Amino acid sequence: MSTSGMLQSVFKDRGQPGGRVMPFVIILLVVTVLASALNLLTPEGSALHVSTYTITLLGKYLCYAMLALAVDVVWGYCGILSLGHGAFFALGGYAMGMYLMRQIGDRGVYGNPLLPDFMVFLDWQELPWFWLGMDQFWVAMIMVLLVPGVLAYVFGFLAFRSRVTGVYLSIMTQALTYALMLAFFRNEMGFGGNNGLTDFKDILGFDLQSDTTRIVLFLLTAGFLCAALLTSHWIMNSRMGKVILAVRDSEARTRFIGYKTETYKVWLFVYSAVIAAIAGALYVPQVGIINPGEFSPINSIEVVIWVAVGGRGTLIGAVVGALLVNYAKTRFTAILPEGWLFMLGALFVLVTLYLPKGLIGLYSQLKQQLGAGKPAAAGTGKSSSAAKTEGAGA
Amino acid sequence: MNMITERADQAREFFRPDQVWPFLVPPQQQSVDVSKQVLLYIEGVNLSFDGFKALNNLNLYINDGELRCLIGANGAGKTTLMDVVTGKTRPDTGSVYFGSNINLLEHSEDEIAQLGIGRKFQKPTVFEAQTVFDNLELALKSNKGVIATLLSRLSPTELLRIDEVLQIIGLQDQRFMLAGALSHGQKQWLEIGMLLMADPRLLLVDEPVAGMTPQETERTAELLTSLAGERTVIVVEHDMEFVRSIARTVTVLHQGSVLAEGSMDQVQNNKDVIEVYLGEEA
Amino acid sequence: MKQILCISLWLMGCLMPAVSYSETLTDALESPAATTRTVPELVQELTEKSLTQAVPVLEALEQQGGEEMLPLFRTMLNGDLYYVKDTSQVVGKTDTAGEESYADILTKAAVTGLGSRDVKKIRVNNTLRSYLRNAIARIQLSSANPHSREQAVLSLLSELDNDTVGQIREARANESVEEVQQAMDLALAMYALDQGSSDIEKLDAVEGLAGSLQPEARNMLRKYAEMEPDHADYSARVSAAAAKALERIQEKVEFYGFIDQLFFGLSLGSVLLLAAIGLAITFGVMGVINMAHGEMIMLGAYTTYVIQQLMPNHIDLSIWIAIPAAFVVSGLVGVAIERGVIRHLHGRPLETLLATFGISLFLQQLVRTVISPQNVPVSTPDWMAGTLQINPVWSLTLNRLYILAFALLVFFALLIILKKTNLGLNVRAVSQNRAMARAMGVRSDRVDAMTFGLGSGIAGIAGVALSQLTNVGPNLGQSYIIDSFMVVVFGGVGNLWGTLVAAFSLGIANKFLEPVTGAVLASILVLVFIILFIQKRPKGLFPQKGRAAE
Repeated sequence: MSTSGMLQSVFKDRGQPGGRVMPFVIILLVVTVLASALNLLTPEGSALHVSTYTITLLGKYLCYAMLALAVDVVWGYCGILSLGHGAFFALGGYAMGMYLMRQIGDRGVYGNPLLPDFMVFLDWQELPWFWLGMDQFWVAMIMVLLVPGVLAYVFGFLAFRSRVTGVYLSIMTQALTYALMLAFFRNEMGFGGNNGLTDFKDILGFDLQSDTTRIVLFLLTAGFLCAALLTSHWIMNSRMGKVILAVRDSEARTRFIGYKTETYKVWLFVYSAVIAAIAGALYVPQVGIINPGEFSPINSIEVVIWVAVGGRGTLIGAVVGALLVNYAKTRFTAILPEGWLFMLGALFVLVTLYLPKGLIGLYSQLKQQLGAGKPAAAGTGKSSSAAKTEGAGA
Repeated sequence: MNMITERADQAREFFRPDQVWPFLVPPQQQSVDVSKQVLLYIEGVNLSFDGFKALNNLNLYINDGELRCLIGANGAGKTTLMDVVTGKTRPDTGSVYFGSNINLLEHSEDEIAQLGIGRKFQKPTVFEAQTVFDNLELALKSNKGVIATLLSRLSPTELLRIDEVLQIIGLQDQRFMLAGALSHGQKQWLEIGMLLMADPRLLLVDEPVAGMTPQETERTAELLTSLAGERTVIVVEHDMEFVRSIARTVTVLHQGSVLAEGSMDQVQNNKDVIEVYLGEEA
Repeated sequence: MKQILCISLWLMGCLMPAVSYSETLTDALESPAATTRTVPELVQELTEKSLTQAVPVLEALEQQGGEEMLPLFRTMLNGDLYYVKDTSQVVGKTDTAGEESYADILTKAAVTGLGSRDVKKIRVNNTLRSYLRNAIARIQLSSANPHSREQAVLSLLSELDNDTVGQIREARANESVEEVQQAMDLALAMYALDQGSSDIEKLDAVEGLAGSLQPEARNMLRKYAEMEPDHADYSARVSAAAAKALERIQEKVEFYGFIDQLFFGLSLGSVLLLAAIGLAITFGVMGVINMAHGEMIMLGAYTTYVIQQLMPNHIDLSIWIAIPAAFVVSGLVGVAIERGVIRHLHGRPLETLLATFGISLFLQQLVRTVISPQNVPVSTPDWMAGTLQINPVWSLTLNRLYILAFALLVFFALLIILKKTNLGLNVRAVSQNRAMARAMGVRSDRVDAMTFGLGSGIAGIAGVALSQLTNVGPNLGQSYIIDSFMVVVFGGVGNLWGTLVAAFSLGIANKFLEPVTGAVLASILVLVFIILFIQKRPKGLFPQKGRAAE
């Protein structure tokens, strides 16, 4: 029942939360498959050829887009401005990194079959307990989900129970990622300290440097991103989504009509953290390194601006924002490296001042103005009413 | 130690099977015991904010099916009383019982709401970014656990119920309008409609006719009167004409405790009330 | 507060007499050379004699010159004594910031135009060094200044022998100043313990050493306490007594270690206070989180740097100019931010947070581009440098002491501004009830701008103070924003006293955790503690009272 309900809600545009997602998902999938095909099937010199470098870059962008989606789910829909989602991303990444590290085996510089290089360097004699079992792919994948999920649950439980909201909560999340960054910088933590985890060789036996592996990773990322988009869309269009919006707009009222709002917030936060973690886990094999820098508060806050640029509370906006800003960053840093932070700073100010609904908001505003004859608001109202009567008739 | 058990209780509460798997365990609502004809017992309630006594040894009993008006000057403790009943504020001392068997002080806001106590705020609060329909759907009496709402779909009866309420509050034509686009009076009505959706035993209505036109006020009066009997209604209002038009029993609050109680005429002729309200003028 | 002033005054008193040698030196030079050779002649001889022949010359110098020979002996001891190859003029080398300069050792007149190839070092060996040290001590023991007499005794502690002990004993008889007497008694006790003939004498000596914190005394006691029974000097009683004395000293050392940690905690607290106090104003009054607050601090620090670049010859004065300058620079930038951005985002705290974060990125990059991406050197004025040695195991770093005092000064000044001035009245009115304040005719937007300017200005002042403690770089401010916010939240928003208490308690907690857990874990623990604390008391230590605070 849930799957069919999900599909139904995805195809039918039931009004405002999320807008139309399916066309976007299809476009996204077509583009990624096309890019992969062009990489594999056309010869290197051809005008149509997409280089593996580009594929990896795109894969990275898609991971960022997923992270942005995670932030949008909590910020755009529930009003929880998390400045620490980078922490969940990085934790997912570290879990994946640990698996990849164990896969190196005795091919490391020191040739120790059991211990990763940095442990040999630190003169450690045995694996710390939390590294045990990480050579099994499935254990690592469970950790990717479990560690950030549990952290988000505990943090959310504590914070939402005591009704910490607004800027307080934001700074708390920032403090969380800051504390983790300090912790992961320590060598004694057993995660490679400053240098993090790197020099990966292969994943599930496939060479990480080969084009095919990279293409598969890229396609996987696109697939996960689409799945996350669809799931989020489904959630936001269910009654739960309405409750979440209600919490954003008036938490007290929501409580007085009988919803345990903190439970909703906690589970939404966990869901979002897990998406971020999956994004992190997909990111690491593609870029080939994970280090404590990923925890730095500025990374997390940058994600927020991607979402703001695209338009928060629209799912697609988060993805579009992440892709655009990161593409701009790549281009810009190549031309004028010092200029980027000026750009980013200005982006923060300009978007909050002049573009509160982001590019998606701007787009629908323009559309509304162009088609002034038939007001858009009434249009969505009608279609949504149709959906409801249908639902009732079924 | 206390804190640990408290946390443990919270954790246990959190993992309550009926919340995680709501469809396995049908929601069991503690039914209210009104065998003594009294729905709400408020006894010896004290509450102070930094020395200011908002409620001062307040005793108040509300009968089942009654329509009661609370009046009193600003700062008499009317809104604070509602906060206490709905679980927003905990009193320093005293007891608040719903029926003779449910201690409201042990419940949180959402649990109290699920027990069947609805509240309308002084300032109309509706979910402005959602449609009138969605607002009512949210307020629907149903399982309010996370999983349940995620999987829930509107049943035909529920849809009919929404239509019915839309009719009562006269917002059929605005059903797919965003609540934020409604007029002030319409928002007040929508909020009352949300209360009705939850099918509550007890309604707490804070200044329902503030900002309404005379016609709207009249309709509100009609609505509230029609509700009494089946439900219990407590209305806080400053508009004396309105109070007179609906009230059977009026309670006057003054400095956090009950000053007088009775019919409108009795209250108006009460010595204490005259002294407090007209004393300065006389 | 009063105590700090007393300590610093006392310290200045101690430093003053150190300047008086060179004036008397010229008198000595002009006085007729009585017996054999004059001082300049003897000095000249140093350039010719071999290492073994040098001691008699030095003896002669000591007799002739007395206290005036101290600079010469010290320079020679440090191996900085040279003579010019062409003229045989004897010069002392000083090395300031990699720049070598030479000055005549006797007249102090600078000798310019010398390179390292023009001069030859007057060599010293261990015998000479030992002689020089003793000679310096001997000269100082008869110095008119009690402080240098005490120093002289203490410098002799590590190499007591018959001669020096004899000198000390002699000097002890005439000594009238208590501190010097104590030092001399200590030296004598140490000698007695080491060389004493009977156990009774040794036990007595142990008793004399028991209260001392001098490392040499502790080493000596440790030697006896840990002495193996087969050692020639072994005596069970002496050994036990030494162990006991050592224990007592250890307790004392631990106590001072505790005090020292407390001081470092207070010092960190004062830094946190300076950083947080501006935020306490902007956040407390306007409810605005200014993520660029750290950059206001950074601007203050850079203002100090620029001012020092503008007046490189008056570093001592630069701080006094930097403080108001930093206040103005950061304050104006703050006002500009408020007028340009924050005003338009009123009532949208999360957006404000993002926009100000953007501004912080912008300002950081601005500094990187305009000045330098690297850290810049900010010099410490002489009067702030150095330490205040309270006793052998406890010293206070002067700049930390000054900054502690400064932080308190700023705090109380701000308190007075808020309590006594018209601006303060308006600010408090707006913070308690904006709408009502407006109704009463307070121009709340003006007050906002002023408040923001004040908060940012104070952050600028904090930057001046921080420039004396840490590296000044574009990232300076970033590291303080989370900490400052924690302090404000912990203390209770809108309550300056809360900020004070929170800053110092967090500072002290941090420093006491550090030795146990390491610096990083300590700051993590403090963060976790605050997160948990907010659970219990979301409004901080000292919440704003009343229903309006809801």
